[in-house]
Amino acid sequence: MTDAAILSVENLTIRFGAVTAVDGVSLSVAPGERVALLGHNGAGKSTLFKTVLGFLKPAGGHLTIAGATPGSDVARRAVSYLPEQVVFPKALTGAEVLTHFARLKGVAPKAALPLLETVGIADAAKRAVGTYSKGMRQRLGLAQALIGTPRLLLLDEPTSGLDPVSRREFYAVLEASARAGTAVLLSSHSLSEIENRIDRIAILAKGRLRAEGSLADLSRRAGLPIRIRVEAAEGRVEALHARLGGERVNGRSVVVTCRADEKVGALARLAELGPDVADIDIALPDLDDVYRHYSGVTAQGAIQ
Amino acid sequence: MIGLDRMTAVAATEFRLAFRNRWVLLSTLAFTLFALALAFLGSGPSGALKADALTLTAASLSTLTVYLVPLMALLVSYDSIAGEIERGTLALVLATPLKRGELVLAKFCGHLAVLALAIAIGYGIAGAVIAGAHGADDAGLLAWARLLSTAVLLGAVFIALGMALSGLPRQTGTAAALAIGAWLVLVVLYDLALLGAVIVDQGGAFTKTVFPALVLANPGDAFRLYNLALIESNAPIAGLDGLAHTLPFPVSSALLVLVLWLAASLAVAWALTRRIRP
Ligand SMILES: Nc1ncnc2c1ncn2[C@@H]1O[C@H](COP(=O)(O)OP(=O)(O)OP(=O)(O)O)[C@@H](O)[C@H]1O
Ligand SMILES: [Mg+2]
Repeated sequence: MTDAAILSVENLTIRFGAVTAVDGVSLSVAPGERVALLGHNGAGKSTLFKTVLGFLKPAGGHLTIAGATPGSDVARRAVSYLPEQVVFPKALTGAEVLTHFARLKGVAPKAALPLLETVGIADAAKRAVGTYSKGMRQRLGLAQALIGTPRLLLLDEPTSGLDPVSRREFYAVLEASARAGTAVLLSSHSLSEIENRIDRIAILAKGRLRAEGSLADLSRRAGLPIRIRVEAAEGRVEALHARLGGERVNGRSVVVTCRADEKVGALARLAELGPDVADIDIALPDLDDVYRHYSGVTAQGAIQ
Repeated sequence: MIGLDRMTAVAATEFRLAFRNRWVLLSTLAFTLFALALAFLGSGPSGALKADALTLTAASLSTLTVYLVPLMALLVSYDSIAGEIERGTLALVLATPLKRGELVLAKFCGHLAVLALAIAIGYGIAGAVIAGAHGADDAGLLAWARLLSTAVLLGAVFIALGMALSGLPRQTGTAAALAIGAWLVLVVLYDLALLGAVIVDQGGAFTKTVFPALVLANPGDAFRLYNLALIESNAPIAGLDGLAHTLPFPVSSALLVLVLWLAASLAVAWALTRRIRP
């Protein structure tokens, strides 16, 4: 897989003075693959992107884009970038911005302009960017990144500020690009957002790669406990707590946890308690729990 | 070849933006009005030397140009790099095949085209009006053409200087402060300091040897000396400009000074842009 990879990062370390922003990260992205880079604020996502673009020099490790060094002509032609924060000149129209970047990339403007249609802002093509809404500017940014069907798309938090409908359209565009062979590496803060929209996930925390794999893999490997909340019958909470252990909440309930494969047994035992139990509520670990598990952040009240 | 196309795109966008934000209109108006004001308010009433009106105004306008053109040039270029860092577009632009050297050169060309257009229209209109009102002789037309073209060269120097200063900070606010500082030092304080030194020196060795070289080393003074030295007029010239006819160097050395400033500023702008991490 590594030799086919369009982006290959090996044991990459990047430092800013005493701060190690990226620490021994290895990652590769193959053509047609969509990979999400997840991590908390300051995890090192943007730093990694900037290194792929050749703006930052690694303190250690090695990386290639289409087999070439970051920042080289070959790499620049292969990569397209959408930064976290970009403000296009307000006085230019959307079509002018696109034409400008098409020419910088050596693509005929005529071939680039239909991208405004692709991202759904063709109506505003002749309007000044200053009049665009935040979502429209983000779409223009995506259109800019799609110019010339790049081999690797680097999108730094591309969906921040988009409403759910726009988000869905955004990922639909990405899917089409990926199907045409473009490798996509995007960063995000939310695992639930990229569910079913991404092939692989890499979770960064404090510059280190904590986990990598498909979403299904990650949640299975996390082996997070299931939380069962048992509501006691009137006046029976003490007795229930004594028998079940676990944690008392709200004065009337007890929360116990178990592994996924113990669920059925645990429920059977609860059923034996008969009239002491008023109600049972089961909470499966959700994506945010999975994310927290890998990024090393514990949710409040999590059961260790 | 593709590099040329990229650079044209950058320069064309700079040019378009300058039009959109009315910069071209405002600076053209400024150049026209100041030139006309000098022609008709300053040397107007003398009346005796009507055919010389163009020459006389060229002389006085060369002094005004030293203040006005650098100011306009710095205004158009001061945020060319820092502004793009701040808006995040530099990262985007440098992710494309555009090289940093190409970016600097293309932006310079775009800014210069804008400034040259404003100077050409402004001084062109003023020159035409003066010639229409008082008539013009060959010497006057020549002086005017020399003024116009060297004003563009002076503008080029300060555009490049503005771009170099713009590559230092990451904020446009700091870049603006640096540009204003550069203008004050080079255009105002430098001359004052030299005059002060000459007065203290009282015709000593400094005044005879170092002083002319120091005057010539300043781009604004070099521009003014070049224009004044080539104008055959009996109008009195005082202060630093007195050097115009007693300069111990060939007149063309003033042009060389401007070209050197231009080359050095562009080189610094390029070097500073190279070390930027967008
Ligand atoms: N130019 C810089 N100088 C010094 N430290 C920096 C610089 N850029 C980034 N850092 C540090 O590197 C670390 C990683 O920053 P980075 O911007 O990559 O995080 P991120 O994952 O993109 O965060 P966010 O989700 O907030 O965008 C942070 O600790 C940050 O303070
Ligand atoms: Mg970031």
